[in-house]
Amino acid sequence: MANRVLIPTPLRAYAGGQDVAQAAGNTVGELLEDLTAQYADLRKHLYSDDGQLRRFVNVYLNEDDIRYLQKEDTPVSDGDTISIVPSVAGGVTMVARDA
Amino acid sequence: MTEADSAGRVVSDRILRVDAGVVALIQQHGRDAYPHECCGALIGTGNVVFSGCQLPNTTEEGPRSRFLVRPTDYRAAEGRATELGQELLGFYHSHPDHPARPSQYDLDHAWPVFAYVIIAIEQGEPGAMTSWRLRDDRSMFDEEQITIGTD
Repeated sequence: MANRVLIPTPLRAYAGGQDVAQAAGNTVGELLEDLTAQYADLRKHLYSDDGQLRRFVNVYLNEDDIRYLQKEDTPVSDGDTISIVPSVAGGVTMVARDA
Repeated sequence: MTEADSAGRVVSDRILRVDAGVVALIQQHGRDAYPHECCGALIGTGNVVFSGCQLPNTTEEGPRSRFLVRPTDYRAAEGRATELGQELLGFYHSHPDHPARPSQYDLDHAWPVFAYVIIAIEQGEPGAMTSWRLRDDRSMFDEEQITIGTD
């Protein structure tokens, strides 16, 4: 079983230039493993050095954020669509002024 | 070397062309948001920014020194670019009373490919505007020149 994975603009260059990829797995985690096995260059932008999904990588199963489901253990069914959606963050370094 | 210096360096072989109206929009957004950071999306084609889209700064870490574009707004910006038949080229944000150079925090949270435009807002007034791209190995940003106008 392969599911559609929607690739956001900044990662398309690492996924064969596609905005939609196909990946297989019984869970979101397995599916992302399959995706990064196909497109190894994606891995460093999705996962931090300790193997965790980066904080500003959001993964949706259809319209639901997997953080509010079973995270990477969320089961995937035939026909489900996975979306990788960035949060974009930054700013100056000092935070003390906000206290 | 300052932290900002360690996060980016100047190269001059890339140019980002930005419509003058978009530059004015970014300047006004930075002025209006001061002393908080503003943020928004840049839409266009290739290396030419034709339009800007102001987005809410949804950070919960202190908007004077942080910005966050939440996923719903990201999706809306990407959708807007698609509607226009263009691309989401990057994002802008302001550095209130700080230089228009990327911080280590900017580097840690950057996405590849995107242009990151930073505008310094000094005592409420727009200052320098710069543009940066994350290196493929995520080690640092490279600066690109900004040219005002799309011709």
